[in-house]
Amino acid sequence: MSDDLASTSRSALMKYLKAMHRIRLFEEKVTELRKQQIIVGSVHLCIGQEAIYVGARAAINNDDRVFATYRGHGWGLACGVPAAALFAELLGRETGVCKGRGGSAQLSAADWGFYGENSIVGAGVAIALGAALSAKIEGEGKVVLTAFGEGAMNQGAVHESMNFAAYQDLPLIFVCENNTYSELTPTSEMVRMNDLYRRADSYGIPGVRVDGNDPEAVRRVMSGFVQAARAGKGPALIEATTQRLVGHYYGDLQSYRPKGELTEAKKTEPIYLARIALQDTGVAAEELDQLESKVRNEIEAAAEEALAAPLADVNQVREHLYA
Amino acid sequence: MPNKNTQAQTLELTYAQAANAALHRSLTEVPETILYGEDVAKPGGIFGVTKNLKETFGERVFDTPISETAMLGAAVGAAMTGLRPIVEIMWIDFSLVAMDQIVNQAANVRYVSAGRLQAPLTIRTQQGHLPGSCAQHSQNLEALYAHIPGLRVGLAATAQDAYSMLLSAIHCDDPTLIIENRGLYHGEKQEVRVGGAIDPIGGATVMRPGTDLTILSWSAMLHQALAAAERLGERGISAEVINARWLNPFDWDTLLASVRKTGRLIVAHEAVITGGFGAEVAARVSSELFGQLRAPVERIGTLDCRIPSAPHLQKALIPDAAQITERAAALMLKSH
Repeated sequence: MSDDLASTSRSALMKYLKAMHRIRLFEEKVTELRKQQIIVGSVHLCIGQEAIYVGARAAINNDDRVFATYRGHGWGLACGVPAAALFAELLGRETGVCKGRGGSAQLSAADWGFYGENSIVGAGVAIALGAALSAKIEGEGKVVLTAFGEGAMNQGAVHESMNFAAYQDLPLIFVCENNTYSELTPTSEMVRMNDLYRRADSYGIPGVRVDGNDPEAVRRVMSGFVQAARAGKGPALIEATTQRLVGHYYGDLQSYRPKGELTEAKKTEPIYLARIALQDTGVAAEELDQLESKVRNEIEAAAEEALAAPLADVNQVREHLYA
Repeated sequence: MPNKNTQAQTLELTYAQAANAALHRSLTEVPETILYGEDVAKPGGIFGVTKNLKETFGERVFDTPISETAMLGAAVGAAMTGLRPIVEIMWIDFSLVAMDQIVNQAANVRYVSAGRLQAPLTIRTQQGHLPGSCAQHSQNLEALYAHIPGLRVGLAATAQDAYSMLLSAIHCDDPTLIIENRGLYHGEKQEVRVGGAIDPIGGATVMRPGTDLTILSWSAMLHQALAAAERLGERGISAEVINARWLNPFDWDTLLASVRKTGRLIVAHEAVITGGFGAEVAARVSSELFGQLRAPVERIGTLDCRIPSAPHLQKALIPDAAQITERAAALMLKSH
């Protein structure tokens, strides 16, 4: 266990655990609904990566802005988007955050500072640049967080964006969620230099690798960079290492994974670690189980609420194309 | 959006100066506007369109690295968060490097968010051919963008268009491409009405009234169409010439009213024929006015080919006034 997690207060740990459970249980419910074909189409789950969202979000304010990828349900939930509105979006309901136009892989909820997922790898990073430009021009000290997988580190858009943010001193934090797979292919086989955070040097910006399974470690590193960005010192890159405990997409058979990899990963996954840390502070396992069931009930209720909502109005299918 | 009805006056301006005047006015009147691109600030743009704006507007006008994806991505994100960015893409050919940000991103913002976000950005770019330019600097790509629901597309043919359409684009809440033509930038000065109310996007202009056939054109080819109409007039054929100006929204009402009157239509553009916007026009007009057409709708465009650099080779592919004249005369003969 990392020093950060061990030194985190009990109440902070409980908050992290609860927030991570919300994401995990949401994703498990999505899996169930997808299996039943109630949710259809492409679904990319973030199970195993929850600590990054929870820790990073704890370091920014409600009026800061977050841009994520198609694996973005967790970011949305961490930003405070109600689970029912996210379920409704995945279910094509009128009450969905985008009235069924975004779906699992391209939803957004700007009212909560969540500027959305993006289904083109690396493209959201370039868009986040513009939000950071707005923040710089407004001059009110807002920051922008752009999250992307380590596979996106090999996209031209990300390279262009890091240089652009650097020369403009933009208040933009690049959060690279390194789950070791570029979709179905090990990223280590796709690069010669696998210390991805070191690429920050080439743009003249700070870069740090952090344990992405430890929400407190992520929060601590983020906070430092956020503070600097608010003060006009420009962008930074965080490489948060983690694992994806599921496939790239729902239905991915994961035949590419070495035997035993997932079993090992489960020993370092964030919810498991946070539970151990809490038990080390004297919290009983039963109390933690109760917390989990409470969150489970909330998620079940949210899914029911979404399922009961009307389908998005087909008569308005061409609405919102133009101003 | 402030739409200040500033004092209207008429000035003598080149096409490039007219675009510059529109940028100057926008930066003055609309505090959310920013202007950036490759070499637009200190150098004033490689065609001089953005001259002196950096000096006047300071940090709101800036130069960027040669990174079209970052430039257009930044425009999408800035527009989503309250600014009205105006980005220059130096040549339309370079927009292909950042097609993702235009097609997958900008065009999707409003629709996919169910109207909760919008991307009011303007992309200024230029196309066309000039003798000696290579195949990567001489394409006419308007049909690619007109094909994309969610994008607005306009092509300025006159100095007045260069002024008015750019202002309309900047005040439009949708992502809008204004495609200029570099062959027109530094021509003779024309009278341009500046100041006054800003038009909403859209609207074709009847440049020359006529009764025997309609010639629809846009951008630089419009001037070939007008020259052809002059020659046709000498032969006793009365051609009505329409400047389409906007492909999205396209002014079907003006075009259909004209073709109802003349019964004949030629669409002339500098883009290649296959899949050009002329094909869309031909299909729609043929369908809507099937019984009233006196001849098939004709398309005139650059022959389907890459564009060679040598001037005499270019000339063999790209239509001109003489060709439009002959095709129009032939169309009159095959009419029923």
